[in-house]
Amino acid sequence: MNAETRPAVQLASSSVGALAAMKGVFARDMKVAFRQRQDLLNPLLFFIMVVTLFPLGVSPEVSFLSQAGAGILWVAALLSVLLSLDHLFRHDFDDGTLEQLVLQPQPLFLLILAKTMAHWMLTGLPLVILAPVLGVMVHLDGNSIAVLCLTLLIGTPVLSLIGAIGAALTLGLRSAGVLLSLLIIPLYIPVLIFGTGTVAAAAEGAAVGAYLALMGAFLMLALTLAPFAAAAALRISLSNG
Amino acid sequence: MWQFFHKLGSPKWFFGISTRFMPWLLAGGVLLLMAGVVWGLAFAPKDYLQGNSYRIIFIHVPTAFMAQSVYIMMASAALVTLVWRMKLADVFVKAVAPVGLVLTFLALFTGAVWGKPTWGTWWIWDARLTSMLILLFLYGGVIALDRAINDEKSAARAVAVLVLVGVVNIPIIKYSVDWWNTLHQPATFKLTEKPSMPAEMWVPLLLSVLGLYLIFGWLACVRMQTEILSREQRTRWVKEFVLKGRV
Repeated sequence: MNAETRPAVQLASSSVGALAAMKGVFARDMKVAFRQRQDLLNPLLFFIMVVTLFPLGVSPEVSFLSQAGAGILWVAALLSVLLSLDHLFRHDFDDGTLEQLVLQPQPLFLLILAKTMAHWMLTGLPLVILAPVLGVMVHLDGNSIAVLCLTLLIGTPVLSLIGAIGAALTLGLRSAGVLLSLLIIPLYIPVLIFGTGTVAAAAEGAAVGAYLALMGAFLMLALTLAPFAAAAALRISLSNG
Repeated sequence: MWQFFHKLGSPKWFFGISTRFMPWLLAGGVLLLMAGVVWGLAFAPKDYLQGNSYRIIFIHVPTAFMAQSVYIMMASAALVTLVWRMKLADVFVKAVAPVGLVLTFLALFTGAVWGKPTWGTWWIWDARLTSMLILLFLYGGVIALDRAINDEKSAARAVAVLVLVGVVNIPIIKYSVDWWNTLHQPATFKLTEKPSMPAEMWVPLLLSVLGLYLIFGWLACVRMQTEILSREQRTRWVKEFVLKGRV
């Protein structure tokens, strides 16, 4: 990729505070992403296509779709986040930006947190915004759609954060994509269970507060621990090459 | 104390000492496992509800129990790898991961065999079964990552990070599937409570669990020794060992 599309990170001075450095990394990732718009669209298209497969492949019946819809949307969202994870560090690794990040005086885990937040803004958030449309297409009722969007809003950042660990571990390996899925899918299962569980509870008219609180706990746990693990993994992967 | 700690990190010292107690581990393990299994399969009383089909418990529970404790041991070793960079710890993780995988598979398989006569189905999406299946995936991931990285040192450390992330997730997975759907009976042994079955049943079960522990210890030593020999093949002591047959 040419230099114009990929501006350099500029936070070399140690006088730049950690927060300013995070802002810099975040802004740069957004800028890079918007110069490559197709990469932003691909996970979304994938999301829509996977959801489309279910009515065609299993059953277009309204009764089935309204039962399974929330699960279908969650699985599709999970897969499309998984698909986009490869981009999280790959390009930065290829052109050496990542090594520069590791060398910064600011703590690496904060910079990774900034990168992961940018990744979520670019993949998770669009999925949440798109979900109501697909929810209508799979015949979910209004209340379920609202709860589904809420669970996706809390859940997709968890997916990005856990995914960052896997992306960092598999950086620069052959067949990294498949390996990444193998490592990460088992860790995604709790988020999936509670995500769809919340919608199922809402559909039965039960209270969803406890479910949402648990998902919030996942988010807090991932937010506080995952960047450390990802930073450790990244250092290992870089010392590997 | 510190000297012991340093010695523990030396592959050569481990090789020598493990050769000495491996026969004991194997003999004790086989003896206990045989006693437990024969007692359990042939002499323990029938279950009033499940008849003879419950007897698979004498294989199912030890493998399931070991499958989980192997992961916990791996996680402790992974922590040691990351904190102290001890060579033996990552040899251990690498050596026992496939053993853990096989034990998890055996637990699932014997569970399926047990499930058919008792629940009327081979598989059910129950909490305990699902979390064991996820444990199987975790083991698979650990092995796959280890194989994918060529450099020995970075492979060890990357695997250690993955094992530790997995261990954080194990309680979460366990509780998430627990609340999700459940049919499996509660744990057979609890440290704090008296077993709910008669002594003629739980004593052989305990024997076979202990026996499998010892056999696992032996197997871990064998696999670690092989790994050490291949890693240290250029050192003088390995050459001498190959020529003379002893350390």
